Amino acid sequence: MTLGLFLDIGSTYTKGRVVELERGELVASAKAYTTVETDVTLGINDCLLELSRQGIKEKYDIKLASSSAAGGLRMVAVGLVRDLTTEAAKKAALTAGARVEKTYSYELTPEDLDEILALNPDIILLAGGTDGGNKKYLLENAKKLSRLKIKGTILVAGNRSAATEVAGILEGKVDFRIAPNVLPDLNTLNIEPVQNLIRQIFLEKIVEAKGLKKAEKIVDKVMMPTPLAVLKGAELLAQKIGELILIDVGGATTDVHSVAKGLPTSSGVSLKGLPEPYAKRTVEGDLGLRRTVKNVVEYGQEEFYNSGITSEQLNGYLEKIYRNPTYLPQTPREKEIEKALTRICVKTAMNRHAGRLEEIWTPAGKSFVQYGKDLTGVEALVGTGGPLVYAEEPEKVLAAGFFEENSPHILKPKKPELYLDTEYVLFAAGLLAENNREAGLKLLNSVKKL
Amino acid sequence: MKEVNLVLGVIGADVHAIGNKILEYALTNAGFKVHNLGVMVSQEEFVKAALETDAKAVLVSSLYGHGEIDCRGLKEKFIEAGLDDVLLYVGGNLVVGKQDFTEVERKFKAMGFDRVFPPGTMPEEAIQALKEDLGLM
Ligand code: B12
Repeated sequence: MTLGLFLDIGSTYTKGRVVELERGELVASAKAYTTVETDVTLGINDCLLELSRQGIKEKYDIKLASSSAAGGLRMVAVGLVRDLTTEAAKKAALTAGARVEKTYSYELTPEDLDEILALNPDIILLAGGTDGGNKKYLLENAKKLSRLKIKGTILVAGNRSAATEVAGILEGKVDFRIAPNVLPDLNTLNIEPVQNLIRQIFLEKIVEAKGLKKAEKIVDKVMMPTPLAVLKGAELLAQKIGELILIDVGGATTDVHSVAKGLPTSSGVSLKGLPEPYAKRTVEGDLGLRRTVKNVVEYGQEEFYNSGITSEQLNGYLEKIYRNPTYLPQTPREKEIEKALTRICVKTAMNRHAGRLEEIWTPAGKSFVQYGKDLTGVEALVGTGGPLVYAEEPEKVLAAGFFEENSPHILKPKKPELYLDTEYVLFAAGLLAENNREAGLKLLNSVKKL
Repeated sequence: MKEVNLVLGVIGADVHAIGNKILEYALTNAGFKVHNLGVMVSQEEFVKAALETDAKAVLVSSLYGHGEIDCRGLKEKFIEAGLDDVLLYVGGNLVVGKQDFTEVERKFKAMGFDRVFPPGTMPEEAIQALKEDLGLM
């Protein structure tokens, strides 16, 4: 038997998955509290101890980890026009598995600079101008950033014609790297080189800075941020079951990934806006079941009404989870409330992730313009993460992400098959696929079709 | 010739795509770096594209007869964005039917366009005008 150990060092828990590599089969799972603040190896060893209690005595052939502990990979994106280079930079950061704390456009103001200092991001992605295009804002913003005491790395991915000059400005003042332009021209999104450099910075600098280097006393390598491992897992799953949407509702955020081209499905529709990445990730920082639950309640009044939940019942439950964020629903009523909250997250996050059609009246009648991805034809919707996996009726929760007849302009999936990552293997498959794609694919057999 | 960025597009709810493609082709062959926004382009899209690409000129087309309404206020938006120096050209079938072109030209110049082209303008005329106005001769 050859065994692989995969660890997700999360902000609360460190989760371990043991995989038999020839058959790509999940053989054991464990979790322990993360201890990155003291010594990350303590939590990892707890996890290993639990696995050996389950009878896993063999030595592991590979031991790989991903991490979202210590705040995850925290970035800000700076561009010129909000829906052009700023949006391109944000997309690149998100698909590299980062948490994008804030985005900035045009010339950075003194307030922006104060805020960036306070946010203290791991990486500042600095874009602006197409190749051969505007240099002024990129140079100006580089100058302003160079005067700050920045601990993180500035990753420059703007106008190629200004790159040398920007390097001159930053040299000796801050840690920086230069990437090819993330938006070389208005119709080309070039995010891969940026993603690769983000990962390189993560490996060379951030793992160390976040106290994760010690983990490498036990594991071979902390390979990447967990969201990137999950995105890679989702891409792999798409090779197996076709284009898909993956949704993960958490305590603070809701992540949606779509692995799909998203081109228009009806004729006479013109595409507008930036091109979309095939594997796209969005993170909704205001949609979560604990830390950000206040907004969720606000967004979904009708959901409670439809489920017959009174405001006393709702407030009573909210009281409980405010006091104790690790509280899990006990009574049927509480489960009903948790379900409603999860549905609101799924629905709102899908509304924002999916593309939309805008109706334009022309002298020759109605015409349509599409922004973002058309996901109406995507045939798989996959749920991952505790709240979806442990929901009583996961199919009803996932259904909140479907296309709605009464808002036909939001291009959500019409009748997808539903899947659940019940064993939480996507991150492990993503890590495993880095050196054994076949085994990674097999491991995805544990993603269950509902 | 040093790289000169141009932005091209058909304004408003106009879907006439053929002239736009021909212009893109001809201007690219003439050595310009063309950023073609295609059809159904809003005023804001022209402004944003010109800003990111550092365009020296923006060529607006309108074929379906609503050019006057669609183009009104465009120059003001360029000024707001700090793009006062960008050349603005407009052409196509700017108004409904066959109106006197000198009158049409006067109207569009008053709106802030640097040059106004009559129906059926050949791309060569546009290239010639660009070279003159941008001092590329
Ligand atoms: C093909 C066509 C269509 C097709 C377009 C298909 C497509 N996807 O492109 C369809 C059927 C969709 C269509 C629809 C309509 N059309 Co139509 N269409 C035409 C037609 C027959 C040819 C246009 C064409 O492609 N010409 C060839 C290209 C190469 O020439 P061009 O577009 O003029 O561009 C050249 C120059 O003008 C110049 N140029 C253009 N822009 C600029 C800008 C600058 C800065 C410069 C320097 C030069 C320049 O360079 C180009 C290359 O040389 C014309 C009539 C005609 N013969 O021109 C009518 C015509 C343009 N259409 C017309 C009308 C009214 C309509 C409709 C409103 C009809 C309706 N009620 O259904 C709709 C509008 C739809 C919409 N939302 O835009 C009218 C416009 C009338 C007016 N302006 O007064 C025309 C003139 C027909 C007519 N005589 O009545 N149309």
